Amino acid sequence: MEVPILKQGDFLIASIQSALTDADLMALRDAVVTKVGHFRSSGVIIDVTVLDVMDSFATRTLRDIAHMIRLRGAETVIVGIQPDVAFSMVQLGLTLEDVATALDLEEGIAYLSRRTKEIRKGVASRGR
Amino acid sequence: MADDDPARKPPAASNGTRVKIETDVDIVTARQMGRALAAQMGFGPSVSTVVSMAISELARNIVSYAKRGEIVLKPTNSNGRVSIEIVAHDEGPGIANVTQAMQDGFSTSGGLGLGLPGVKRLMDEFEIVSEVGRGTTVKVRKWKT
Repeated sequence: MEVPILKQGDFLIASIQSALTDADLMALRDAVVTKVGHFRSSGVIIDVTVLDVMDSFATRTLRDIAHMIRLRGAETVIVGIQPDVAFSMVQLGLTLEDVATALDLEEGIAYLSRRTKEIRKGVASRGR
Repeated sequence: MADDDPARKPPAASNGTRVKIETDVDIVTARQMGRALAAQMGFGPSVSTVVSMAISELARNIVSYAKRGEIVLKPTNSNGRVSIEIVAHDEGPGIANVTQAMQDGFSTSGGLGLGLPGVKRLMDEFEIVSEVGRGTTVKVRKWKT
């Protein structure tokens, strides 16, 4: 099932609606990485609230997406990992490493707003 | 398929539910059936998630390494102790070095390895039998506490 990707100002929001197969996850990765250039977005939010499992493939693909988005010059935040999902990920030994996470969509938007502002400021001060 | 005939179908408690594993869609089906069974058996949402995760990893190994196989989900009851048993079976290439495959560094996060140590951690019991050229069977169990 295709994941809708919405443009919200400078950000893209990929809002997962149902369980995803490996092929769906790879399609999401390709779509987000393309669209971030198309819309010249500075940040991407991936909302995984509805996922009742994040297995090794899902975790790895989300990590890949975040790294690819960074190489495209934007930031990613994963939002909505549920408590039971977090528990099983830790038990299985899965990590998102340096990928940013936030409690929910609202926190995710707040995070990206702060982060992109910091980056702009950093670039401006280096430019002087 | 004769198994679909309700008159001939044994009760789920005795033989379990078989799920054919061949594609990434089957991985999702298997873990959803496992979660549903766990919930139906009265496991809490946290344990149901753990069971679902273990099934996902075992099914993924089948698709990645053996191409096809099956997963059998079975509720068991011995002297009032209830458990969910999951058997993942394939006739794929087998694992040459099971000891190595069970080592943590050899595992999930980098995308290498089979994630088996993680599955072992998720479940209460874990057995693996593998023979090169013949296939692999992994049997795991979660007790209801």
